[in-house]
Amino acid sequence: MFPLHLFIIIPLLMLLCLWLARGIKAVRGVMLAGSSALLITAISLVVVYLKARQAGAAAEMLFTTDFTWFAPLHINYTVGVDGISVAMLLLSSIIVFTGTFASWRLQPLTKEYFLWFTLLSLGVFGFFISIDLFMMFMFYEVALIPMYLLIGVWGTGRKEYSAMKLTLMLMGASAFLMCGIFGIFYGAGGQTFNILDLAHHTNGAHVIPVAQQYIWFPLTFVGFGVLGAMFPFHTWSPDGHASAPTAVSMLHAGVLMKLGGYGCFRIAMFLMPEAAKALGWIFLIVVAIGVVYGAFSACVQTDMKYINAYSSVSHCGLVLFAILMINRTAATGAILQMLSHGLLTALFFACIGMIYHRAHTRDVRELQGLIRIMPYICVCFVIAGLGNLGLPGFSGFVAEMTIFVGSFQQADTLHRVLTILATTSIVITAVFILRMVGKVMYGVCKNPDHLKLHDATWDEKIAITTLVVCIAGLGLAPLWMSDMINYSVTPIVDHINAAATQLTSLTSFLIP
Amino acid sequence: MDYSQFLYMHEELALLLVIVVMFIYDLVVCTDRKDGKPVLNTAVPVVLMTLLTIFNAIPECWYLPSCAPVEEAFGGMYQHTPMMTVMKTVLNIGTLIVFLMAHRYLSRDENRVKQGEFYILTMSTLLGMYFMISAGHFLMFFIGLELASVPMTALVAYDKWRATSAEAGAKYILVALFSSSLLLYGVSMIYGATGTLYFDDIAARLDGNLLNILGLVFFFTGLAFKISLVPFHLWTADVYEGAPTVVTSYLSVISKGSAAFVLLTILVKVFAPMIQQWQDILFWIIILSITLANIFALRQNNIKRFMAFSAISQAGYLVLGVIAGTAQGMTSLVFYLLVYLAANLGAFAVINSIEQNSGKINISDYNGLYQTNPKLSFLMTLCLFSLAGIPPFAGFFSKFFVFMAAFHQGFHLLVFIALVNTIISLYYYLIIVKAMYINPNDAPIATFRSDGYTRCALFLCTAGVLLLGIASCVYDSIDALSYGIDVQLPSVISSCCGL
Repeated sequence: MFPLHLFIIIPLLMLLCLWLARGIKAVRGVMLAGSSALLITAISLVVVYLKARQAGAAAEMLFTTDFTWFAPLHINYTVGVDGISVAMLLLSSIIVFTGTFASWRLQPLTKEYFLWFTLLSLGVFGFFISIDLFMMFMFYEVALIPMYLLIGVWGTGRKEYSAMKLTLMLMGASAFLMCGIFGIFYGAGGQTFNILDLAHHTNGAHVIPVAQQYIWFPLTFVGFGVLGAMFPFHTWSPDGHASAPTAVSMLHAGVLMKLGGYGCFRIAMFLMPEAAKALGWIFLIVVAIGVVYGAFSACVQTDMKYINAYSSVSHCGLVLFAILMINRTAATGAILQMLSHGLLTALFFACIGMIYHRAHTRDVRELQGLIRIMPYICVCFVIAGLGNLGLPGFSGFVAEMTIFVGSFQQADTLHRVLTILATTSIVITAVFILRMVGKVMYGVCKNPDHLKLHDATWDEKIAITTLVVCIAGLGLAPLWMSDMINYSVTPIVDHINAAATQLTSLTSFLIP
Repeated sequence: MDYSQFLYMHEELALLLVIVVMFIYDLVVCTDRKDGKPVLNTAVPVVLMTLLTIFNAIPECWYLPSCAPVEEAFGGMYQHTPMMTVMKTVLNIGTLIVFLMAHRYLSRDENRVKQGEFYILTMSTLLGMYFMISAGHFLMFFIGLELASVPMTALVAYDKWRATSAEAGAKYILVALFSSSLLLYGVSMIYGATGTLYFDDIAARLDGNLLNILGLVFFFTGLAFKISLVPFHLWTADVYEGAPTVVTSYLSVISKGSAAFVLLTILVKVFAPMIQQWQDILFWIIILSITLANIFALRQNNIKRFMAFSAISQAGYLVLGVIAGTAQGMTSLVFYLLVYLAANLGAFAVINSIEQNSGKINISDYNGLYQTNPKLSFLMTLCLFSLAGIPPFAGFFSKFFVFMAAFHQGFHLLVFIALVNTIISLYYYLIIVKAMYINPNDAPIATFRSDGYTRCALFLCTAGVLLLGIASCVYDSIDALSYGIDVQLPSVISSCCGL
């Protein structure tokens, strides 16, 4: 038994201590203690979880706890984890830990900054441990609103515009989502919010009528998809990421966007399998376009943060793409891609932020030959770039390989064509990554101001080194992680596949 | 005559006693002293109000498990259910917070002389609302309504030396009279159709013919003025702007809340056979209220006008609890009201405090407030987030439950429209947050310390905003007492719109 409540209690304690803290040292101390505690909790969770599985625990969710919260409305406080959420919790705690160090020297209003930052991570952790729909939705919204102030107050560039755009688009998505959640709840009989009960039709839940699924599935999928930067609702993401302070970009691209993919998989598709199979192809086409579009957009950007943001659109699109393939290998790849993309993007944003902090520009055209001036940061930058374009040995390769192998198993024409289309994004990614890395890192620095810049400080080194170690670790020894994920993905995918469906007839009708 | 019937009215009688005590106290103690200055005393009404709240709420707690049935007095003129006590307690708490907020405003020189009147008038309107809530007969209801409106006018025009306040008072009394006459007209039609004014009898005799529908429409119009639903909202912005801020806060929460509750109980009790008709009316009224008010709120610069439009759209959300007509709807409505009370009064306490200390009431004046008054800005942010329905604040829970109640009855499209509107409302609430935190300002409002009473009010509101949602016992205990029509679930939801 593992006390999952720790993931809520620790951030709450951190909020309390931050509120009481006086002076920047106390604030930093609280953040250091809190984020380390979270990281340790997450690592021990992984260990305990793997041991429990080895000992033969076969339940879909482990360590579940259930308290009645709002009895008349059947809302419960229910937590539990499976392999997918354990992986996501580990990722979140790593990003929060490194994010703390990446914003170690952030100056004005440090205390307030970390307050909102902690609230954001509270939302993220709460989301991943909950298996009650209401709780999940609540934590999802908790994670959204601090973004507004974090970007609006501490951001750069067109921060007010970006912050407002991001908040409104994501809240709009959550309006869709809320409607979808009501639909699921009342469609299944209005007796339980528990995801497992809803999926397996236990505890008073019955099958959601298929006609209703056709309405609630798109609403829910789009609602989560917006947060997962699904084309064409991705426009908040480049602006938001470009304007956000470094650690917020890291947390947002690294973790928050994963909420979208996780929700699409765990809620939209798992709870409404019939609609997922029947309507999935529409989203699949849209998402495949998004994958290629994101990569092409990144090619024409000059701001490094925009390049990475569009590359995120492409990579997060791959997550949704793989989920919609509805087979085990692809779905495992999707979760691996979430992990890998989370780490890689966080590293990328951290390095870009550090360069920007020193050179005061992110424009690729104005930077040159930085690797001789700040070797530590730039080596990590190159690693992030190579990992992003899928070099074997880093996590990106493992994830994308699994996704494409899985996708190619779907033998009909539509899936084949889309898979081939999506595969091209790898090549395009290589183009813009190599161009950016080559231009910014190598060559001779001509700007005399840049020659005086200094390399990473100790706190920055901790942040980026941790990430590099994790990326390489996942790239070199991926099997324990992919086995853990595969074990938990299997029941979900099988559940979706078991649904009666018209999938083949629909697609063969469209593409003979 | 059985005089023990009066015991059923112990809540009204207790309030009456408090009013009388205040009156005598005002006469005897608050006269000019040696230095010729009137004595300012906020503690007495606050203590009396607290005692009253406790006195009213505590005996009811004993009934809770058994859920006492409807009690009637005077042949059904006066009715009493435990739910009504809950509602009255909510109103009491709101009034108490308003009294706490008002301290600084009443201590100004021009107001010291008439401090007693403020309390007496406020409590008189409260008494009217009590009778409105507990009425079992349309005449009783009308008397309550008038008692709630007429002293209100005096309160709105409290700053009689200020032209806008006097104007607001005039507007309010005209609108109140007009709406009362419409309401009376509707009631007379219902009397004509059914031959009785007792709530219980009317329900049995309504058959949904044209005269009944006309009666319903006029009656609804009269109440909609009170709740300030679009298209009967035109007085709201001007009156909210002109009235003293404390009175505005009272208007926006207590007055509106009691009217919404009464609307629900009467629709459920009296017009139950005509549920189809009133749901149709409410459907369009809600869409109009939420959408139009949100659009108008976007362009306001005066924060009191802004809060007026925000209050109209909140009223639309409140009525979402009414349209369901079920027990779940009533629970969510009362809960929504309680949460709205905490959040809105909290926001008004900040606005009032700033107005009393610096005289500024424009949103652009709030620029850079965080640098000078971080705590006030933070509390304001909490309250606004709660109003916008952001978790973990209570507003999220109340919005979720109201939507859920409406969705349960098949109003899917309506809920969707309301949800889309929450995004617009989030936008304008964020504008204020942005002003306080982000917008630069060379001369922000100077740092000041609010007085103890205001702090106390702010503390109560913040506690409400933070705890009401998470502590589920509040919702549960309201739910144990609520009642409604057992509406048959629409059998075919797959038509998806529920129109």
